[in-house]
Amino acid sequence: MGPLTFIATSARFALRGGKAYWLWVGCLLALIVWGGLAYLDQLRHGLIVTNMRDQVSWAFYIGNFTFLVGVAAAAVVLVIPAYIYHWKPIKEVAILGEILAISAIIMCMLFVAVDMGRPDRAWHLIPGVGRMNFPSSLLAWDVLVLNLYLFLNLTIVTHLLYRGIQGRAYNTRLVVPLVLFSIPAAVGIHTVTAFLYAGLPGRPYWNASILAPRFLCSAFCSGPAIMLILFQILQRTTKIAIKDEAIWKVAELMAYAMFLNLLLLGAEIFKEYYSGTEHLIHLQYLFSGVRGHHALVPYAWTYVGCGIAAFLLFLFPATRRNVFTLNLGCLLIYASVYIEKGMGLVIPGFTPDTLGEVYEYTPTLHELRIGAGIFSVGFLVFTLLCRIAVPILTGEFAAARAAAAEKSSHWLPHTGSAPAG
Amino acid sequence: MSPMSSDPSTDAPGTDTGAADQEFSIARSNALIPLLILFAVTVFGVLAVIVRAKPVEPPEGTPATKAFGPADFPAVFGAAEALTGGGAADGGSAASPGAPTVLFPVPAPPFSEGIFPCMQCHEGIPPNPERRVLEGMHSDIVLHHDEEHRWCLDCHDQNDRNQLRLASGALLPFTESYRLCGQCHGTQFRDWKSGIHGKRTGYWSGSKRYLLCVNCHNPHHPRFAALAPLPPPVRPQYLHPAEAAVGHAASASGSAAQEGGDAADAR
Amino acid sequence: MPQMPADEPQRDAEATEPLTLSRRDFLTAVGVAAAGFLAGCTPEVREAYFAKHFLELSPKEVEARLARLRADCSRRFGQAVSISAQPAQPGVVFGYALDLSRCIGCRRCVYACVKENNQSRDPQIQWIRVLEMEKDKGIDFEEANPYYNPDKVPDPDHFYLPVACQQCRNPQCTKVCPVGATWQEPDGIVVIDYDWCIGCRCCMAACPYGARHFNFGEPEVPANELNPNLHILGNRPRPRGVVEKCTFCIQRTRAGRYPACVEICPVGARKFGNLLDPESEIARILHEKRVFVLKAELKTEPKFYYFYGI
Repeated sequence: MGPLTFIATSARFALRGGKAYWLWVGCLLALIVWGGLAYLDQLRHGLIVTNMRDQVSWAFYIGNFTFLVGVAAAAVVLVIPAYIYHWKPIKEVAILGEILAISAIIMCMLFVAVDMGRPDRAWHLIPGVGRMNFPSSLLAWDVLVLNLYLFLNLTIVTHLLYRGIQGRAYNTRLVVPLVLFSIPAAVGIHTVTAFLYAGLPGRPYWNASILAPRFLCSAFCSGPAIMLILFQILQRTTKIAIKDEAIWKVAELMAYAMFLNLLLLGAEIFKEYYSGTEHLIHLQYLFSGVRGHHALVPYAWTYVGCGIAAFLLFLFPATRRNVFTLNLGCLLIYASVYIEKGMGLVIPGFTPDTLGEVYEYTPTLHELRIGAGIFSVGFLVFTLLCRIAVPILTGEFAAARAAAAEKSSHWLPHTGSAPAG
Repeated sequence: MSPMSSDPSTDAPGTDTGAADQEFSIARSNALIPLLILFAVTVFGVLAVIVRAKPVEPPEGTPATKAFGPADFPAVFGAAEALTGGGAADGGSAASPGAPTVLFPVPAPPFSEGIFPCMQCHEGIPPNPERRVLEGMHSDIVLHHDEEHRWCLDCHDQNDRNQLRLASGALLPFTESYRLCGQCHGTQFRDWKSGIHGKRTGYWSGSKRYLLCVNCHNPHHPRFAALAPLPPPVRPQYLHPAEAAVGHAASASGSAAQEGGDAADAR
Repeated sequence: MPQMPADEPQRDAEATEPLTLSRRDFLTAVGVAAAGFLAGCTPEVREAYFAKHFLELSPKEVEARLARLRADCSRRFGQAVSISAQPAQPGVVFGYALDLSRCIGCRRCVYACVKENNQSRDPQIQWIRVLEMEKDKGIDFEEANPYYNPDKVPDPDHFYLPVACQQCRNPQCTKVCPVGATWQEPDGIVVIDYDWCIGCRCCMAACPYGARHFNFGEPEVPANELNPNLHILGNRPRPRGVVEKCTFCIQRTRAGRYPACVEICPVGARKFGNLLDPESEIARILHEKRVFVLKAELKTEPKFYYFYGI
């Protein structure tokens, strides 16, 4: 089967579905169009349609990018039990984590693209064609590792699906090394993104060695939380069977990550408040406001509260295994990490700015529309890839193809050459 | 066979419905749906609050809400190179006796109209060395330069009003008045000579243009008067008033566009 | 293992039936698209949209770029402009010193810079920011106020600290640019290739002095206010979506003149010159006055010094 046929077959999978499926896809497409129109407006007028200014030059887009890199990195939480410990309940569903990683990386790249002042010059970033400031620039590193991680996951997933459609087992000599390499790559993408911030001495809020560990811990809380919720949605909408064990194991791993996340947050807070230097002002802006500016304070306390509540829910096996509290915990930690990475990281880093000015940033409708559009693209990619992967996973596709082969064999002059499945 | 499904031989023993339910109890639970709905509603509500929050409008006349440019100040930027100092063309006068051999190219002294040469009036007036406040001519000059200890004839020569006098009694022309100032203000004089003190124009790599002290400092009242500053930069919230509609009106539909339009008209 | 029958005619409409796309059709489509793309790439288009980095241009290509910019500006502003790519002179490293005891906060330097360097009037960009500090507190950025507007300056309880690009010897901005669009020239000026910058604003996050400014909107310079003496790395009119900053008036300083801010300052608080020339006023200031730099602990080693003259 050639690649074109594979694409065509996959496309057919994606285009089959009932009313609920098309309603969902329709909503996503509508949001994508809505966001796309906002982006066209941004292209026309420039980034002035956002509320970013010299004082706060990175905001909503880069905050989302940072959060989503963490989500992409969290696929490793599934990959390690599956391919290193060969634990069956998770091995069955590891591909879903990789599909989530692909969707998240695509969203990351889109958020960076809409944040660029000159997207028409993006080719300047291509090594060899453009002029990449490697190894000095962390952003250059980020471009390389994100593309590498996307390529890795695309290769693995495409290969698995390709072989799945053919009805053959995957080539372990290709997949296993790639999967094992994706583990340090996942840690790598989020570490490089953290270094992007941590390497800036002009921004003391970010210039801390604790930033990279904090990023990783919060990534390993939020990414699996999304995965658990998606697993449950897939269980309701498709025939996939995900064992409770798999979900509980992921939840247990999340509990450890949540503990470390809170510990590192506590360490940051102690260091700044106890030392009481000039650098404290950024945390003060976040948690209590400065000079009459306190737009972020409710969000800051929300994220800390949600983080602690989620940790408590995940700490005790009783609440971790109860479906309601499990899901509540997932949503709480997702909200907590999302706020922390967006408003809690990027904005206070710029507020006050290097010359002490406080400019209170809030996103404009344009930014929210474009953000919604990009999230919809990610959801759509995830939906389509799952649409292709799940029938293969559940054995539906194999059964259907076997039935077709059996049926068609009645028509062939040379019957018997296509044995029933 | 699906390549990724589990091997049936390693499934948990017994496939009765009770065990299957336990194995997939999360799948059968309805707990997620109300939580997701609540979450979605909360997120939507928060976003709506963020988007709808209108910036507090500053009171009329608040500084830094309007962007100015140099064209708004023709008095400052209109004339090309208002005070740029002497160039090579202004060679200064021939060196007076006792003058240092290095002369600084300075512009002509900023005399009031018709006041120089002074001897055209003072030729016929006998000098009066008594310290007093002047009445009649030159009463417009209010001395505010160590006036407790000095007066006019400490700097202006009593007999030759076309020249100034140093503490030693030596005379010097007005074009070298910096030597006079340098008597007391030695540090500034030293700095001025090397180009550190004073308004600097010309060429850093060649002919610097020097100004006389009196081109900037009124010798009778040298302290600079305070002046009105040019306007502050526009605050980032008001960076683009003409098209504030693009950003803020999109947040708070309708009325902000109106305000943005009015602000543009008012400019 | 069940195998898909190869190239068999399928008479039933099972969803497992694959689509086939003729390879020839596909390649034809790709070929037509590529031909169309290449046909549109005239040398002018190539120079405008696929321009090389400034440092990779041959002298002829630099001339071609200057010619294009000259034509663009003439068309946009309806007047002739002169644009140069004058390189750094050997044996020159520029330094700047600002006398804090003399600055009165009048902001004439700010607007002279805007005029000289063709900064956008709307949205407003100003390369120099004057901070009003309290005398009681000394240099404390937390208490700094750039929006002061008293009737008269200097205010008796405050002093004034103008800040612009410090032209660091160890710049944070050039380190983080992912495409190398900003670099330090041999005479010490940190410049930006406005045709290479992708507008990611990483340099702005990195700069500890808030010296870099972004063209969020289309920059607007009225034609009658344009300064027609341009330098390609300095005051040429910038496009939208790129970063800009003080270049020590590269169009002036490489021709031997003082920057506009030095010349306009009515109290002579600004001093400029060649650090490598011991007779220059800047070298003398370093030697005779006690200078300091902002945020010295960051080891950016600025070439913009501050001192107290009296």
